[in-house]
Amino acid sequence: MGSDTIARWQFGITTVYHYFFVPVTIALSLLVAVLQTQWYRTGSDRYLRLTKFYGKLFLINFAMGVVTGIVQEFQFGMNWSEYSRFVGDIFGAPLALEALIAFFLESTFLGLWIFGWDKLSRGKHLAMIWLASVGTLISSVFIIAANSWMQNPVGATYNNGRAELVDFGAVLTNPIFLTQWPHTVIAAFIVAGGFIAGVAGWHLATLAKQENPKEEDVATFRTATKFGAITLIVASLLIIVSGDLLGKQMTQVQPMKMAAAEALYTTETNAAFSIFTVGSLDGSKEVFSIKVPGVLSILAGQSTVKGINDIKADYAKTGYAQADGSTNALQKEFASKLKSMNVDPTPNIVVSYWTFRIMMGLGFLTLILGAWLLWVTKKGALPKPGKLWTAMMFGLPLAPLFANSFGWIFTEMGRQPWIVAGVIPTSYAVSPTVSAGEIWFTMIVYTLVYGALAVVEVGLMFRYIKKGLPDAAPVEKIVDEDAPLSFAY
Amino acid sequence: MTLLDVTPTALQVLWLILVAVLWIGYLVLEGFDYGVAMLLPFVGKNDKERRVLVNTIGPVWDGNEVWLLTAGGAMFAAFSGWYATLFSALYLPLFLILLGLILRGVAFEYRGKRPEWSWRNRWDWAAAIGSLLPPLVFGVGFANFLIGMPLKNEAILGGSATAPLFAGSFLGLFSWFGLVGGITFVLVFLTHGAIYAALKTKGEISARLKKLALKLGLISAVPGIVFVLGANLRKMLPGQLDSLRLVAWIAGILLLVLFVAAIFFIWKGREGIAFILTSLSIAACAVMIFAHLYPGLGFDNTGLKVALDITTAASSPTTLTLMTVAAGILVPIVLLYQIWAYTVFRRRLGVENIPDDAETPVVVGG
Repeated sequence: MGSDTIARWQFGITTVYHYFFVPVTIALSLLVAVLQTQWYRTGSDRYLRLTKFYGKLFLINFAMGVVTGIVQEFQFGMNWSEYSRFVGDIFGAPLALEALIAFFLESTFLGLWIFGWDKLSRGKHLAMIWLASVGTLISSVFIIAANSWMQNPVGATYNNGRAELVDFGAVLTNPIFLTQWPHTVIAAFIVAGGFIAGVAGWHLATLAKQENPKEEDVATFRTATKFGAITLIVASLLIIVSGDLLGKQMTQVQPMKMAAAEALYTTETNAAFSIFTVGSLDGSKEVFSIKVPGVLSILAGQSTVKGINDIKADYAKTGYAQADGSTNALQKEFASKLKSMNVDPTPNIVVSYWTFRIMMGLGFLTLILGAWLLWVTKKGALPKPGKLWTAMMFGLPLAPLFANSFGWIFTEMGRQPWIVAGVIPTSYAVSPTVSAGEIWFTMIVYTLVYGALAVVEVGLMFRYIKKGLPDAAPVEKIVDEDAPLSFAY
Repeated sequence: MTLLDVTPTALQVLWLILVAVLWIGYLVLEGFDYGVAMLLPFVGKNDKERRVLVNTIGPVWDGNEVWLLTAGGAMFAAFSGWYATLFSALYLPLFLILLGLILRGVAFEYRGKRPEWSWRNRWDWAAAIGSLLPPLVFGVGFANFLIGMPLKNEAILGGSATAPLFAGSFLGLFSWFGLVGGITFVLVFLTHGAIYAALKTKGEISARLKKLALKLGLISAVPGIVFVLGANLRKMLPGQLDSLRLVAWIAGILLLVLFVAAIFFIWKGREGIAFILTSLSIAACAVMIFAHLYPGLGFDNTGLKVALDITTAASSPTTLTLMTVAAGILVPIVLLYQIWAYTVFRRRLGVENIPDDAETPVVVGG
């Protein structure tokens, strides 16, 4: 295995792992801020207990997101030095801004929120979680802007042997960014909504088993169930819109990605959307498939959808082009350098086809689970405990979480063979001075450490989920120098 | 000696200085939380004492660490050629740093999440080892910057360009001077951390930390002097300026004077002044190192056609201008709210301030 292959596996594994924690960080911080705001406004213990309960779960998750995120920032330079050298002028800026604006905000104000309960006034303390939450959102803005540039390298020119920034405004108004960012953030809210609802729904079933469950606990978890489920349902409906908009932009700037997502080999007018295929996806012997006529053309926003074979032929003849035949400046200027590299512009079709479908399938499953949860718990009804219920409660956060993973795997695998679409092939971007052996070594250690941490994290999550709601006992702000702190590690 | 003819723009010089400023922020701030975490299993005699130590850095360590991420991000944005060659050159060392950062990050968050001593003790050791690795490796790394790491020219991107790439090896980094750098950084951060912890605690544990800080300070002075002399007596790398060598000498002597003064004040029991002095000493050390980084950015460009220096590694004027505006507005804001955070947690802690269990019921103030 060449160093570029193993470096790709490393980036894929560490990114997908990192992204297990990101959606919850982004969206749960805001939802906890909403709960605390409700407590601030109403003074009701119910919201305070929920803030504390979900806040703790949020922090267990947040720690993992932080430490696995650092690995990603360093990995560009460590494993992908020639990518970094080529794109640093453009790609580096959003990363630096992410640290400067977002990371400082979330780390500093989260520290103040965790330890500041008895040191800040209620209003100030509430502001801390909001600022931390805004930090996570800003972070997503910059990292998605950077990623969108890899899909569609706008605002750049080829100069001094590298891509140079011409227009930062163009980077921030990249049509891929404008559609990918809402899609990503909405997806995060589905996960966090599912998490809140799933945990609360599980507790409701546990309480239903008790002979005399505490009424206040039942009411509190009902509030959380509703809050989570409604968040999930609203976000799930919105994501259909954002996904549709993103799909249309993607078809325009990366026609090959859409063709691969459909395993569409020959160009079709009023193309059908394939739901399921049995047999191989190499365009030769399809055993069985279910297709909905005309739907792909609607999704793509174009009556004629180009097939893989035709895009490939066009690439051989005239080089990389978007669906309407245009290219952006960087793609045009670098095209002559690409001729000697002999690039096959086709991504892995099987991976693209199935990840796209799994993403959407899990998304629809989530919506059904959320609606069903609301239905079962309506008008004071308690769920029937059992294996099915437990499975559904697990599914509420996990189905959308894996939908996120598969969505990203699709986005990044569908971009291949390019690391910057239509400009640099991924295999040329790897660090020339780092050997495959070195990457194997770090890969093995990462796997062991990440594996062990996963066990610890999941164990703590379950422990604190099972522990249930904390008691709320309001006290005065601490004045006595020797009094115990209300919160300490 | 090969001449390296470099005429950087004002923006390029400004960004080398700004990168140095971000590194100073990182080394001074995270320096003490590395120190406190390394001392954790040794100074904390029981769980409550360890919790006192953890809580002195609990609210602030993550904010301190972001200075490193920002420094890394700024190198990527402002000197992408440097970031690319350097980060791939120091592949295994940076990996060790990442491992350390992972271990310590989760350790602080997770140690109190279970009541068992075995659980907590294990995380304390993870925090200590995780906090030992970064200063150790950065010390070795900075020493190699001062030596000047070897480079070669190689065709990249299918021959469309030529890049200066690292020509050395992992084991080649561990010269005697490299090791002195590593040991110095670890000992100085231990001292800095002990002084900070003494400043943030009260009672018997604070007194014990002061004694320890004095001992650690005296021990660190020895490799510290060797490091400063070794840094400034090295042969000149291509393109280095006599004027900057003078700056480095002044910074080097200043850092030693400040450090000795810190030892004096900790001996006098004045940990507040001592902490300011070790902070300034660490900042002076960064100034000394960065004065040596001009123009080759820690690399030896002898005999290279395509050099790695402040001009060739720099990003375009457009990007540097954009980043200058952003940094000019944001760095002061960050400093202001971080200073505010330190004032919120200004109270000293003692064992009497630690609640019986980290997981006691919620109590709310305000």
